[in-house]
Amino acid sequence: MTNQTDRLSRAGAGFKGLSLPSPLRTVVNLITTVLLTFLGLLLVTFIIGRVVPIDPVLAIVGDRAPENVVERVREELGLNLPLYQQFFIYVWNVLQGDLGNSVLTANPVLEDIKRVFPATLELATVATFFGVILGVPMGVLAGVYQGRWPDQVIRVVGLLGYSIPVFWLGLMGLLIFYARWPWGELVPGPGRLDVFFDGLVDPVTGVLLIDSAMAGEWEIFWNAAWHLVLPASILGYFSLAYISRMTRSFMLEQLSQEYITTARVKGVPEWRVIWVHALGNVRVPLVTVIALSYANLLEGSVLTEIVFSWPGLGYYLTQSLLNADMNAVLGATMVVGAVFIGINLLSDLLYKLLDPRAR
Amino acid sequence: MRKLFVCVVAALMAVAAAPTQAKTPRDALVMAFQIDDIITLDPAEIFEFSGAEFAGNTYDRLIGYDYQDVSNIYGVAAESWTISDDGKTFTFKMRPGIVFPSGNPMTAEDAAFSLQRAIVLDKSPAFILTQFGFTADNVKDKIKAVDDMTLVIETDKAYAPTFVLYCLTATISSIVDKKLVMEHEQDGDLGYNWLKTNYAGVGPFKLRQWKPNESLTLDRNDDYWGGAPAMKRVIIRHIVEPATQQLLLEKGDIDIARNLGPDQLSTVRNNPDTYIQEGVKGAIYYLGLSQKNEALSKPKVREALKYLIDYKGMEGTVVKDLMTIHQAFLPKGFLGALEATPYTLDINKAKELLAEAGYPNGFKVTMDTRNTSPIMEMAQAIQATFAQGGVDLEIIPGDGGQTLTKYRARNHDIYIGRWGPDYQDPHTNADTFARNPDNSDDAKSKPLAWRNAWDIPEMTKLADAAVLERDPAKRAEMYLDIQKAHQATSPFVIMFQQIEVAGVRADTKGFIIGPSFDDNRYKDVTKE
Repeated sequence: MTNQTDRLSRAGAGFKGLSLPSPLRTVVNLITTVLLTFLGLLLVTFIIGRVVPIDPVLAIVGDRAPENVVERVREELGLNLPLYQQFFIYVWNVLQGDLGNSVLTANPVLEDIKRVFPATLELATVATFFGVILGVPMGVLAGVYQGRWPDQVIRVVGLLGYSIPVFWLGLMGLLIFYARWPWGELVPGPGRLDVFFDGLVDPVTGVLLIDSAMAGEWEIFWNAAWHLVLPASILGYFSLAYISRMTRSFMLEQLSQEYITTARVKGVPEWRVIWVHALGNVRVPLVTVIALSYANLLEGSVLTEIVFSWPGLGYYLTQSLLNADMNAVLGATMVVGAVFIGINLLSDLLYKLLDPRAR
Repeated sequence: MRKLFVCVVAALMAVAAAPTQAKTPRDALVMAFQIDDIITLDPAEIFEFSGAEFAGNTYDRLIGYDYQDVSNIYGVAAESWTISDDGKTFTFKMRPGIVFPSGNPMTAEDAAFSLQRAIVLDKSPAFILTQFGFTADNVKDKIKAVDDMTLVIETDKAYAPTFVLYCLTATISSIVDKKLVMEHEQDGDLGYNWLKTNYAGVGPFKLRQWKPNESLTLDRNDDYWGGAPAMKRVIIRHIVEPATQQLLLEKGDIDIARNLGPDQLSTVRNNPDTYIQEGVKGAIYYLGLSQKNEALSKPKVREALKYLIDYKGMEGTVVKDLMTIHQAFLPKGFLGALEATPYTLDINKAKELLAEAGYPNGFKVTMDTRNTSPIMEMAQAIQATFAQGGVDLEIIPGDGGQTLTKYRARNHDIYIGRWGPDYQDPHTNADTFARNPDNSDDAKSKPLAWRNAWDIPEMTKLADAAVLERDPAKRAEMYLDIQKAHQATSPFVIMFQQIEVAGVRADTKGFIIGPSFDDNRYKDVTKE
């Protein structure tokens, strides 16, 4: 298994010459590589943001502003400086904890991210939960019944998950379970909460389920949970499709191994062979698959967010990008980068826990 | 495993059994509206549609106009006004007894400060005021409160009086609470950084909360001098997807849906629980033909293209309910608007004209097009009829910022655009469609005529003269003449005027869609 942190550790191998004690060396390597990754990420995003043919001044002054206002704002933003200077100024500010202001929301980028990221986190976590509890057993079944009808059914379900646009699925979900449901509504309309509950709970973590539970506002908790069901199911369906396909192929690989035959010959019950012996050995690569799919969802799913009016990171990032609101884009990119690195570290950790050989 | 199963089932049942919430409360207006264009709440800077609507409902100006008949101008924060004989001095008597929600009484000083502040800050819309000769240096002398109740404004020339008055009804002329704003001043910014996300005005409603890209909530101003509105609260939710807006409206989870397309509108119209509210807006839709393109610079080609558009067909399909045919640069409802629509789809005539211009087999040309509805659908319809005349139109789709950046840099062949007036006076559109004082690449002023590289010294002079004509009848005549010449010769294929439509629940009445974007008002909304 190759993953980002492994690659990162290798990239930082130059520090070995310092002959530090081993655990400390690992930490130093890790920090160096994480910093280098961030810097690279920022540099690439920055350059992309500057070469896109969109004038960032337009987002601020609009289409009507007279030329002198346009030029003044260009100078205020430092856009008249050479690119490398703009980049250094930005990095310098970031090092001091200042991510700048978003021009689209008039708020500090950090504040915006504190608002939008928890919404995405909540949705992605619940979606991944759905994807895992359904996707793994489905993948196991498909592997066990390879080529027979359960496999075919699961294949079709997975294929649909891959190929139906989430946009369409989301709207159909709303149409059927919200708008046209014959008995009132099975799920609520778009948004994270009903209008009346909006703003009633102080955002501590920003994750509504946690905030409302901490405040003891159970009515709001249930409302938030209820609002999560449909978008999380739809997003979860996509990770289900991925997870079940991967589980199936891992299972097939294991089931053809000799130790499985041995177990069967020894008379171990079939359910134990499948769910304990084979799945037990699949869990290691599976953790990586699940972590990757979770990380993908954490970047924010723009279309789902649009259909369900979910004020998350994906929509924020896209809007900012389309308006060349670079502070916001760079800030959000750093969050995405941090998520990826964090999840990779976490899956490495789990890998060590699950696989005795890696200890 | 079994425990987990039981837990999941229990959770699902609890969710399914969660109480169905009552629909929108009777004293609150809930609206779905794309409000991601709001980048500031400061009226000195607001120049966006949703931002203007916010200011229209929360900030009074000195004067206002009747939505049905914009020529009827009346006092709002000013009770009355007089204009000096030389036409350069406007004296306003303030309405007594207006109090800001902060408790500060409104005086002429607040009005003077608000206008001075807008000019000193010099944000995007500041030209609406600075075109009367105000600068950061002279504004304290030219706009001043001579006593608590009297405001005097002195312009540099004797302009048509309605030109000055209409500009005083624009968002930038909103009156802010001087004392409150100055309490939040930092480093001489006149409270700009604070007011960007806060509120300091007086109007039927006041700001409760703005969450960018999420929601905007207004509360009723119970002490409003013109009488408190019926709705205690207005909640505007940012819902991007029109289909989602329609579902919410259908279910009664919102009272008004603001961004519906032709598909959704027909459903809303046929539903007994909902109806369509419309208002003719000042925005016009046009094609800008760059005169830097050799083919497009030929007058006969420009004329031919005007005959290669199926105005009627589009009005009945892709822009149904959203636009009405209009072919002159002043929108209907404006002083001197030309309502003649001489152009219809006429392939033969267009082919003749193209042959006369030296293009008997047509030519190839590109069009920069925003990838949004209904602009994209319009572009496709135009592409089809252009092809019938032999003109091979390549659509270059792009995001709004991208196509606009290209258009502003004069790098397009054809641009399909929309233009809304900045205030109710005809000069606003004449200034951009019919004036181009300097056609060079580094010109100081870059109106739409400049963007399309249309060099028109003569028409510029006529437009300059029209803005100084003080007799309304004569002035209207002048604009009619300019528009006739413009319609026949200009590189602007003006096609439609916008109709703003909203889907409204049957029990919700009194929402007004006025001619300008800050005239969409919630004050008279009631629910049965």
